[in-house]
Amino acid sequence: MGYVAVKGGTEAIHNASELAEFYRVKGNTAPIDVKQIRAQMRLAIDKIMGEGGIYAPEYAAIALKQAEGDVYEAAFILRAFRTTLQRNYYTEEINTREMFVRRKISASFREIPGGQVLGPTRDYTQRTLDTAKATETTADIHSFLEQVEAKIDPEKLQEINSFGKVIDLLKNEGLLKPIDPSEDRKLVDITREAIKFPAPRSARLQMMARAETGGLMALGYSSQRGFGGVHPTVGELRYGTIPVRVKDAGGRLRYIGKIEVTECEMVTGSKPGKKNTPPYFTIGYGLCFGHNETKVICMSTLDSAMRRPELGAPANDQEFVLYHTEGVEAMGFTNHLKLPHYVTFQSILSNTRASVERSKKANLEAEAWRQLASV
Amino acid sequence: MVENIKFSNKYNFAFIDESTKKEIRRKLLKAVAIPGHQVPYSSPEMPISRGWGTGGLHITLALIGRSDVFKIIDQGSDASVNACNLREFVNAMTGCETTFDTSKATLVQTRHRITEEELNENQIIVFQVPLPEPLRMVERYEYKTLQMHAEADYSKMWVSLYEAYVRYGAIMQGSGYPVMVNGRYIMSPSPIPRWDTPNLHQAKTLFLFGAGREKRLYAVPPYTDVEPLEFEDVNFEIEDFSKSACYKTGFKKAFLDELYADDGSQKYVISDSNFLDKIDSEEETHQYTNKYIDQLEPYDVERG
Repeated sequence: MGYVAVKGGTEAIHNASELAEFYRVKGNTAPIDVKQIRAQMRLAIDKIMGEGGIYAPEYAAIALKQAEGDVYEAAFILRAFRTTLQRNYYTEEINTREMFVRRKISASFREIPGGQVLGPTRDYTQRTLDTAKATETTADIHSFLEQVEAKIDPEKLQEINSFGKVIDLLKNEGLLKPIDPSEDRKLVDITREAIKFPAPRSARLQMMARAETGGLMALGYSSQRGFGGVHPTVGELRYGTIPVRVKDAGGRLRYIGKIEVTECEMVTGSKPGKKNTPPYFTIGYGLCFGHNETKVICMSTLDSAMRRPELGAPANDQEFVLYHTEGVEAMGFTNHLKLPHYVTFQSILSNTRASVERSKKANLEAEAWRQLASV
Repeated sequence: MVENIKFSNKYNFAFIDESTKKEIRRKLLKAVAIPGHQVPYSSPEMPISRGWGTGGLHITLALIGRSDVFKIIDQGSDASVNACNLREFVNAMTGCETTFDTSKATLVQTRHRITEEELNENQIIVFQVPLPEPLRMVERYEYKTLQMHAEADYSKMWVSLYEAYVRYGAIMQGSGYPVMVNGRYIMSPSPIPRWDTPNLHQAKTLFLFGAGREKRLYAVPPYTDVEPLEFEDVNFEIEDFSKSACYKTGFKKAFLDELYADDGSQKYVISDSNFLDKIDSEEETHQYTNKYIDQLEPYDVERG
């Protein structure tokens, strides 16, 4: 089969992938248990599931291990895996009012129904490097767990239920913009059809739910800093567990399990409307798999921002936000620059060479004219 | 711990599930019916990076049958590393025979080149497309370019070509030179060099284009008019290799790659690896003919 480099190309990629695998384990340490990754890398797993668009903690843990801890790569692996699965059901609408709340806070009121529940957060800790983690032992973990569990009163656990929502307070008082019949209610599935612009809100929220946290953060931050001027207030931020149901063939609702989600309802002023309409509040919404507060805060900020297009504010621009925060696509395309481009480059090279020639010639001619004129 | 029926089963023939393949084929039919028009499609994620040929793969996998013979090239070369990876993937998912021989393939996938050898009515060539929207360089918003295509309002494009001419004395478009298809739609032929562009015109072969990341498919059916954009007095030109020749074969009438050796010396070689092999071993070849390359001599006269 002719051309020797053909064999070379195939051999080269095999060797390169073998070498990558070698780099993963070359320290010759004990393999990381996938169960450990799942349990101790909780936030990484949540990020991967959110961006991968599939709720599967075990698979996310395997992907993270396979990708040597690269969260982008792991999310990409899950996305690709996801497309090999047949969609058998669409889940019924999930109702976050049913959430078993592990954490809920509101920045807009000092006291809220059910109180501020801090839950698991590192927000109020000093971020000093804890060198004790270097020598943590199984015994340390056991004794810590025992100590925490001893503090839990099992009788009180039963009392915890779902809580009323902060936005209901605003709604009951008539401060929220009433639902308009012309409101965009079109439901699309972005995994089955290409997004079109202007995109319905369902598509925008779906895109952002799978978007890359860092991308959302950059744009959400730009909006708060002044490029678009949304400085919203956290109406309520929740993290907890919600039940998921599907309808069986007989039309009966079936409980299929529960998932962890983070939800944010962000209160912002509405854009100026007609004369004599009061400046109602509107709610920007954010929801994602697992525990990822940065993501939902930025998602809800951008949800608000995108509803009021504004020149010069990238965060208010649907096409800008949605196309460029899509992590799997962005990572793929930015990295494709590593592929050979010598044919396309040759094409530009040929133009540029000709252009430089023309310019040299023109300069020579101009010089000749100048000399003639000076004689 | 990990229990999943799908995980233990083999993948579906050609990886993608049948209903999605059907959707892609339906969108391709639409694309063929409206030459040069971009059709949105589902573009499911592949185990290949976005921007690394997923659109081309979608088309290939939706069309490929068990008796197909598959060839894939990148920058004209069968040996290119990404082409090798995609070839192995298609082969693993279908069991189809693969080939380097352009004339033996029934389905050819390509990135940035058309083969030097002319493809016939029984062959299909699939292009990997990074940026399907030819108007993107003059209009950044998708909802606006959609409207410009609908109204055939291409004035911004023409102005940009004119401006390049005024500034630099030539149209300056490198690869992916914009073309008018069937007198109606301006289309990006994917980043093929200008050398290949005329071969799209009134060709025997079905050309299919897949842009996975941007989720668009489009097509040029056989025997369709495809004209590079040009002015009456400022014309489209192909790359000039008149001062160079392939260092292996002395051949001049092909797109050449520019190579640099360790000592900095420059030489040229035929870009299409299969064509190079055939010229090198003096096999018979059927090269494309068009008004640009027909004027060129295959060899320097003194070589005889």
